[in-house]
Amino acid sequence: MTALVIAEHDNASIKGATLNTVTAALACGGDVHVLVAGHNAAAAAAAAAQIAGVSKVIHADGAQLAHGLAENVAAQVLAIAGNYSHILFPATAAGKNVAPRVAAKLDVGQISDITKVDSADTFERPIYAGNAIATVQSTDAKKVITVRTTGFDAAAATGGSAAVETAAAAADSGKSSFVGSEIAKNDRPELTAAKIIVSGGRALGSSEKFNEVMTPLADKLGAAIGASRAAVDAGYAPNDLQVGQTGKIVAPQLYIAAGISGAIQHLAGMKDSKVIVAINKDPEAPIFSVADYGLEADLFTAVPELVKAL
Amino acid sequence: MKVLVPVKRVVDYNVKVRVKSDNTGVDIANVKMSMNPFDEIAVEEAVRLKEKGVVTEVIAVSCGVTQCQETLRTAMAIGADRAILVETSEELQPLAVAKLLKALVDKEQPGLIILGKQAIDDDCNQTGQMLAALADLPQATFASKVEVADGKAQVTREVDGGLETLSISLPAVITTDLRLNEPRYVTLPNIMKAKKKQLDILKPEDLGVNVAPRIKTLKVSEPPKRSAGIKVPDVATLVAKLKNEAKVI
Repeated sequence: MTALVIAEHDNASIKGATLNTVTAALACGGDVHVLVAGHNAAAAAAAAAQIAGVSKVIHADGAQLAHGLAENVAAQVLAIAGNYSHILFPATAAGKNVAPRVAAKLDVGQISDITKVDSADTFERPIYAGNAIATVQSTDAKKVITVRTTGFDAAAATGGSAAVETAAAAADSGKSSFVGSEIAKNDRPELTAAKIIVSGGRALGSSEKFNEVMTPLADKLGAAIGASRAAVDAGYAPNDLQVGQTGKIVAPQLYIAAGISGAIQHLAGMKDSKVIVAINKDPEAPIFSVADYGLEADLFTAVPELVKAL
Repeated sequence: MKVLVPVKRVVDYNVKVRVKSDNTGVDIANVKMSMNPFDEIAVEEAVRLKEKGVVTEVIAVSCGVTQCQETLRTAMAIGADRAILVETSEELQPLAVAKLLKALVDKEQPGLIILGKQAIDDDCNQTGQMLAALADLPQATFASKVEVADGKAQVTREVDGGLETLSISLPAVITTDLRLNEPRYVTLPNIMKAKKKQLDILKPEDLGVNVAPRIKTLKVSEPPKRSAGIKVPDVATLVAKLKNEAKVI
């Protein structure tokens, strides 16, 4: 029984989500191999070989794998899938894009967003926006899984010494091509990996106010900035900051929600945070039902005061 | 060009579901059901493509119990031209739905299939990708912008950290993200008109698909409850609590 983890990387380094996925793969029992499929990604493959617990890295290199196109990456995984009992992807935009494609080609059901490994074929996963936890058992010979990164600790990025083996790159499907990307630049911690997150909602009123009020607090705490769907839809914050059922799922040490009412869909993305602080002027706001510390106040006075007090 | 739009009947997004006391599932008896919000966005996008003259016919499809007909009528009230229900009372998992849709794609030969990125009940986010794999079509998931021209679709996708644009050859599978569009409200005259539109009913056997579930649900339980928090009177107390009690800053 051997598990294959599909590494998430930017061709130069391994992304954090891969480390959590390795931990989940180790919990399935047996050896763990990592696939690094990319272009000029030798550095990423070398980094993958350092991850504690990994016994082999398979490195496939080709221009067609440069941007993680689902058609080409799925073909690459399928080329080596025969050797593995478990195939695990991080439940990120990239992993969710490819995993079901692999599962369907193997004619197996896919298990999304697992938060716990009970045994080699039984897993726990949240359903209905995290309002219920389902324990599910796969009846298929191969398990294709995406791993909720906040459900598992990160494996140590160093200490391993796996061999790197080169695999032939799968052919280009020719059906899709990468045109371009607009990746937001910021020097803050990554939202899904941050220890502290400060999140703003609709009550901030405008994108200027959002930046004016939330940025100093984030700077002070070395925190990542998040947002509710309402704030994102209104254009106060970019889409990739959205925390919730359909945005990012986070579980930091401290989550500060300012001007967020606490709809079911938002709670689904942050209620596993260790400590939740809510700042809201509406005493009836549902966010107070999950907050460890609630402050009933106008965020425009409370947040600057908080920055000063820190 | 035809567009196929699969839609799912789910518990309304505003309902807070409860886990059954015997832990066999969530209680959805007598709960308000609606069209999955991402599927509304998919129907809206298909209808907008038709209004632009890129598309000639929009076919809505649903798989599941008899009541899914209501969901299909809603899709037709938004602007779908006709509908197909694959009727079964069996539990349907994404792989089974993808196989049913693959059979319909073979039959109808659409140029584009637009699905929601995930259903808000099982939160799987699989069906579109699985259909693309089974039908050997390119995919563009989590779309926030779609432009169709010259046998290709240029799709902007929401990815971690920002946006990414792909060009895919048609036929293709696209799944919608929240910000693709704002679905229109259905009007009463359109609801009346939708009642007269064609709705065909098939069975999985008619399509030669075995829908047996591959994943067994052993148990459904409540998530762990958070212990009740406290309200603090002012910022100073909040900072003190975070420093001394929670020790997180």
